[in-house]
Amino acid sequence: MAVRKHIRDLTVRSGEYIGERFVLLKCTDENAPLPPMLPGQFAQLRVDGSKTTFLRRPVSINYVDTSDNEVWFLIQIVGDGSRALARLKSGDSLNALLPLGHGFTMPRGQSDSYLLVGGGVGVAPLLFLGDRIREMGGSPSFLLGARTSEMLLEKDMFRSLGNVYITTEDGTEGERGFVTHHSVWRERRFDMISVCGPSPMMKAVARKACDMDMPCEVSLENMMACGMGACLCCVEKTVRGNVCVCTEGPVFDVKELNW
Amino acid sequence: MADLRTNIGGLELRNPVITASGTFGYGIEFEDVVELHRIGGIVMKGTTYEPRQGNDYPRMAETACGMLNCVGLQNRGVMYFAENIYPRIRKIDSRMIVNVSGSSPEDYARCAAVVDSLDDIPAIELNISCPNVRDGGMAFGVTTEGAASVVRAVRKAYRKTLIVKLSPNVTDIVSIARAVEAEGADSVSLINTLMGTAIDIEKRRRMLSIGTGGLSGPCIKPVALRMVCQVAHAVDIPVIGLGGICSAADAIEFIMAGASAVEIGTANFLDPAVSVKVVDGIDEWLDSHDVASVRDIIGVAE
Ligand SMILES: Cc1cc2nc3c(=O)[nH]c(=O)nc-3n(C[C@H](O)[C@H](O)[C@H](O)COP(=O)(O)OP(=O)(O)OC[C@H]3O[C@@H](n4cnc5c(N)ncnc54)[C@H](O)[C@@H]3O)c2cc1C
Ligand SMILES: Cc1cc2nc3c(=O)[nH]c(=O)nc-3n(C[C@H](O)[C@H](O)[C@H](O)COP(=O)(O)O)c2cc1C
Ligand code: FES
Repeated sequence: MAVRKHIRDLTVRSGEYIGERFVLLKCTDENAPLPPMLPGQFAQLRVDGSKTTFLRRPVSINYVDTSDNEVWFLIQIVGDGSRALARLKSGDSLNALLPLGHGFTMPRGQSDSYLLVGGGVGVAPLLFLGDRIREMGGSPSFLLGARTSEMLLEKDMFRSLGNVYITTEDGTEGERGFVTHHSVWRERRFDMISVCGPSPMMKAVARKACDMDMPCEVSLENMMACGMGACLCCVEKTVRGNVCVCTEGPVFDVKELNW
Repeated sequence: MADLRTNIGGLELRNPVITASGTFGYGIEFEDVVELHRIGGIVMKGTTYEPRQGNDYPRMAETACGMLNCVGLQNRGVMYFAENIYPRIRKIDSRMIVNVSGSSPEDYARCAAVVDSLDDIPAIELNISCPNVRDGGMAFGVTTEGAASVVRAVRKAYRKTLIVKLSPNVTDIVSIARAVEAEGADSVSLINTLMGTAIDIEKRRRMLSIGTGGLSGPCIKPVALRMVCQVAHAVDIPVIGLGGICSAADAIEFIMAGASAVEIGTANFLDPAVSVKVVDGIDEWLDSHDVASVRDIIGVAE
């Protein structure tokens, strides 16, 4: 489904640190209803407060609260751009180009069972996805992985939407190890596995899903300049040749990828 | 409202603002956020006779006030363009210009001949200056003989407005501009990107898949402006200026340097609607300075 792109001056309602390395920005548009957005789509955020940052930064739509006209972005601080975004305070303005890209495949029926697998800040698009699956009458399950307990993001939000399975590398919460080691893989089958996280993790989950013959979609994070199909910088090799992640993705069926 | 009309070698534009090749897709990607009919012209993605896959990822690195790219002319070939894309863009009410590349003079000419038959494409821009492909591209743009040979071949196959895009990666851009003018180019556009590179110090590796890329954005503006001054003094055909333009003030600098029109590239990534803002800004500047027509300030800088 194609949705119209917009350039909006959003207003930050709150910017909340989660630990030291993550920030949750809740924004609204004070002048108009936010445009329709789909789970898996992203925004290109203009970074105003950084001398060293030139391009916009792609960030997933973490959550949309239609009744409150609010959109959330969950951001990990990795460099100057994300650090500048993390400094935004209530009342600040944030220029966003959104929504961009092509999101996750939604369930065809209420009974479709989805496992949403997120690693680190990769959980960001899964909250919105889980919420919309719930809204359609489905019951999503979540498998969340992190290095350590403190790096598990938005856990309580996920718990309000469905079953949450957890792995941590140091064993501080849930099962010890990587998401692919979790016992849920031995106990249940799913109609769809939707994944977002670091690329080694996505590849491991994709392999697992293929081995178990379950459909799997992953959300890629290739480096982007325009975010709208104009520059051809963000390409990924697929069975169809080089395609733009920003328009054909960021969500891909793993069968399309040359992994 | 000042008179914004300008002429680029037999082709009239409603205003002097054109979007640059490789930075604005085919225009349609931007229709949700830009009123395309308000842009003077749109130079579409680089097009070759045969389809090309382009270079491997990563194709981009951010730099201070700019970026490097090594896209490498990924496109599905001119036949695909004519059959599948042209029908969708011909209705756009702006001057739709095809950016043509090739690996030999004959290859350029074959591609140009296909575009010549498309009624709603009034001009082509010959890219003899792409720094990101090994076969051809910039190789032609760096010598007077190479540049002349491509323009000679294309001029025979193409009857409409022929713009030639020059490379800044040369010792004497003026001699190349003169050479393409002598072969019948209607206009020259400059500059294409400047060759550069960037290194990831943690990985101890160059950031771009082919090692080098083309630098664009505000960081190249002073170099571009200097070259536009030089070329505008040396040739009689209209000059189209580009390189780092982000605002109306930037555009007016290029016009005063001698450009009859300007192109906006990388700035489209920062603000997809920048081109229309530049049009409005030029108009306001002219009105507030009591200048009746944009043509009155072309080349006025002393
Ligand atoms: C479609 C998409 C959705 C994304 N969603 C989110 C999200 O919801 N939350 C979030 O925190 N991050 C997300 N990212 C990643 C985010 O865009 C980068 O972390 C950010 O651009 C880094 O900018 P910076 O200036 O802070 O770091 P920089 O100084 O630019 O880079 C710091 C490090 O991050 C790496 N990096 C830079 N750009 C990217 C990129 N586009 N993708 C991956 N790594 C990059 C660099 O290679 C470098 O190692 C997403 C990326 C894409 C493409
Ligand atoms: C991602 C990217 C792709 C480009 N592709 C082309 C191309 O296909 N053909 C071409 O003639 N120039 C291409 N260019 C060069 C631009 O058209 C322009 O000459 C250059 O970027 C300088 O202008 P700017 O600083 O305004 O971007 C490309 C530039 C960028 C950034
Ligand atoms: S980021 Fe420009 S085409 Fe995808």
